[in-house]
Amino acid sequence: MSYAEDAERQAGHEPKSFWTKYVWSQDHKVIAIQYSLTAIFVGLIALILSGLMRMQLGFPGVLGIDPQEYYQYMTMHGMIMVIYLLTALFLGGFGNYLIPLMVGARDMVFPFVNMLSYWVYLLSVLILVASFFVPGGPTGAGWTLYPPQAISQGTPGTEWGIILMLVSLVVFIVAATMGGLNYVTTVLQARTHGMTLMRMPLSVWGIFVATILALLAFPALFVSGVMMLFDKTIGTSFFMPEMMSLGVQQSHSGGSPILFQHLFWFFGHPEVYIVALPAFGIVSDIISVHARRNIFGYKMMVWAIVAIGGLSFVVWAHHMFVSGMNPYFGFFFATTTLIIAVPTALKVYNWTLTLWHGDIHFTVPMLFALGFILTFLVGGLTGLFLGNVIVDIPLSDTYFVVAHFHMVMGVAPILVIFGAIYHWYPKITGRMLNDRIGKLHFWITFLGTYLIYFPMHYLGIQGIPRRYFSFEGLEFIPQSAYTLNQFITVVALFVGVSQVLFIYNLFRSLKKGLPATNNPWKAASLEWQTPDTPPQHGNWGPMLPVVYRWAYDYSVPGVVEDFITQTTASDSVGIKPNILGDQS
Amino acid sequence: MVVAMIIAMLVITSLIFHFLNPWEPTTLASNWGSIDTTLTITFLVCGIFFVAVMAFLVYCLVRYRHREGQTAHYQPENKKLEGWLIAITSIGICAMLAPGLIVYGQFVTPPANVMKIEVVGQQWMWMFRLPGKDGLLGKTSVNYINQKNPFGINPNDPNGQDDLLIDSNELYLPLDQPTTFLLRSIDVLHNFYVPQLRAKMDLVPGIVSSFWATPTLKGRYEILCAELCGVGHYNMRGHLVVVSRDDFQAWLSEQSTFATKLTGDTSDGLVDQGRQLTQNRGCKACHSVDGSQSLGPGWKGLYGKTEVLSDGSNIKVNDAYLKESIINPSAKIVRGYPEVMVAYDFSDEQISAITAYIQSLRIENGTAQQSELPLNNGSSPPR
Repeated sequence: MSYAEDAERQAGHEPKSFWTKYVWSQDHKVIAIQYSLTAIFVGLIALILSGLMRMQLGFPGVLGIDPQEYYQYMTMHGMIMVIYLLTALFLGGFGNYLIPLMVGARDMVFPFVNMLSYWVYLLSVLILVASFFVPGGPTGAGWTLYPPQAISQGTPGTEWGIILMLVSLVVFIVAATMGGLNYVTTVLQARTHGMTLMRMPLSVWGIFVATILALLAFPALFVSGVMMLFDKTIGTSFFMPEMMSLGVQQSHSGGSPILFQHLFWFFGHPEVYIVALPAFGIVSDIISVHARRNIFGYKMMVWAIVAIGGLSFVVWAHHMFVSGMNPYFGFFFATTTLIIAVPTALKVYNWTLTLWHGDIHFTVPMLFALGFILTFLVGGLTGLFLGNVIVDIPLSDTYFVVAHFHMVMGVAPILVIFGAIYHWYPKITGRMLNDRIGKLHFWITFLGTYLIYFPMHYLGIQGIPRRYFSFEGLEFIPQSAYTLNQFITVVALFVGVSQVLFIYNLFRSLKKGLPATNNPWKAASLEWQTPDTPPQHGNWGPMLPVVYRWAYDYSVPGVVEDFITQTTASDSVGIKPNILGDQS
Repeated sequence: MVVAMIIAMLVITSLIFHFLNPWEPTTLASNWGSIDTTLTITFLVCGIFFVAVMAFLVYCLVRYRHREGQTAHYQPENKKLEGWLIAITSIGICAMLAPGLIVYGQFVTPPANVMKIEVVGQQWMWMFRLPGKDGLLGKTSVNYINQKNPFGINPNDPNGQDDLLIDSNELYLPLDQPTTFLLRSIDVLHNFYVPQLRAKMDLVPGIVSSFWATPTLKGRYEILCAELCGVGHYNMRGHLVVVSRDDFQAWLSEQSTFATKLTGDTSDGLVDQGRQLTQNRGCKACHSVDGSQSLGPGWKGLYGKTEVLSDGSNIKVNDAYLKESIINPSAKIVRGYPEVMVAYDFSDEQISAITAYIQSLRIENGTAQQSELPLNNGSSPPR
């Protein structure tokens, strides 16, 4: 704890001017807001792209979208949502804001590198957005960027789009690494007095393990991005075999397209958990606070996060069951994939068991958490279809896959993001978000997305392939499927436009929201115990807080209040130490 | 209460929807009924878990909703309960995984009496190759690909001489014959996908991948590409026709071998050369010859027609315009079509062959001079 004691004396890098306070800020809270706003902004671009795609699928030809544009929208939608929105928002946004406040640190351990992380992330976003304005437009290779197609003729954006895409990813990874090293070091080194690892809230555990995954997984994407750039620009053949392209023989020889897929998914599968684990952690905390009950089976929840994180590195080839790789790999990867369902299922059980015997307040954050449980359960269960190799074979590359991953790593984490913003907005801004708008936003988003994605699975069961610009002329597709596509489009547009409610609420409440107290939800965890709301630079005033217990002492028998903050010593409330030890 | 009721309704509606929705799997036409069985088992196990967890959730939401005087019960953990839940989940997982792996074991071990045929993918069309009397396919390499040899068969490999080349998007297969599909791509990734067969697999340039299936139902099924392969991906289609053994043999006898194609008359008419060329270079993926809508302007009746360009001007389709549109496609874009075509570097002779072919598809007196009917109107495939 020597770092913590050092930090006790001085907050360091005190901002002096407007610029150092709000722009070139080294304060983790400002950086978190910069990350979040940028991520939400690019997320809105991706949302608009999805609306354009849905128009083509539901009402072909109405907007005059051509196949080239369709594939470009599809690619950019996927890449933005997965990397530039979800990863950036969970790690750069929530990670930055919550880690120091939840572990009792004054800031991240390396504030300057933390600031650099944001500006490099912004650079990667600008490079990405620039690809919309170069000749040929952005790449249309699909977010998986599979070579040879990604860099050969016949794919949109092979002139400049793919180069900017790869450069942007490489730059993003530099940013994510700078941020990630910070988050891991801060959790390991800068926890305050008494904050043992097993007293950390699950939000921190989720973000911490996800960050480790990111640090180990992103290098695989980094090298494959660099190798593909070489294949494209200087004629190497890492991923390019002897091949033709539109009737002309290419100079490449000896490369392996499947090698790229292995590298991509060695990153890509942990990436799913880079997004999911922070969501798991955050939703655990939301449920516990708003059900006024300790999270059920905290130790198991921690171990489940660690186990899922570890297993996530040995399941990647379940994305490749029909890729042409050695088919015997299927046995191994199907087995590991289904094993990962056990700790994941345990987490679902423990969320519901936290509600059991609780005192459930249906606040807006709680509603989003409940929406998450249902959505995630559907998405998780359909994962068992796709992870079991033989069941995957007919379903892979169909709309079943599209529905599955949108449920499990699209809608489910985004419901958590919304819930988390409704939950922590009072701490961030000092004002409450509007409750009625929040509830309306929840019901439209939750029910709407369920109406979009639940029936979509059945298009896949029928065998309708994904990544099709048009289904015209396909005899095996009945008219009813086109009708369903129209229905999905109408709902999707409605849900998309309704997100204006959320944006409006965010900005309106800054000025007009009800003033928030220090701890409006009566939460036990440390971030609600700051002397100021929003917390000042340095977070804790002159002295760092001292932690005496875990973050989940809700409704402890014999105590008048239904929560005991982490900073409350046992003798001051006259109860026995909790089971997780109160050794300090 | 409202929340609990809505969630309960969602679960019940989902169940009803599952049983009543019209989107069933396509009619099974192969031996892989066992795959459908594993799908049913998975639905059953997952369905039970879904309903059980959601029923418990709804119960909790109703029973433990906040009311005056309600207090939560402090219980950090219950190891025994968690242990039981892990055990039950593991049983459910095994119930899905075990039959899945058994069927997958069959999937990766083709029977001894399989017939091997080759599927070749290129942007954005299919071709097929069947072994001749020797039962062996000749070796291939993209280095051998040329005008006369679109499959890239090694001309010096004796096994390849009698290979039967099906230079069209239509493949016939005999009923009840276990068949291994050897999959080869000459450009990018593709995926040979016939929904009714259930099995599918990627085509990867540089290697030969495979899967096996036995067609068990006569009929004409669509072949789709299920791996994104560029702007024409959704248009990369073909047909698989499952017929009796006799009909298959009859069809087979109509196909020409590599040897005859290689030594075939080199002085083909210009029109035939053009047809061959447009087939080999994948032009027909985007340009239909039967008057149907496609990615690019169709060729039927194109020659001599007046087209409206994207800038509003008119142009009469003649040799010069066609040539320009082949070597510099973005110079003049026909209104309503996307600017997606890449420039092709054909020789002048090749271009005149292609324009001759397009000219032959001119419409006179309402019928195409040289009609190339859509495949499904062709000479009555036996059903």
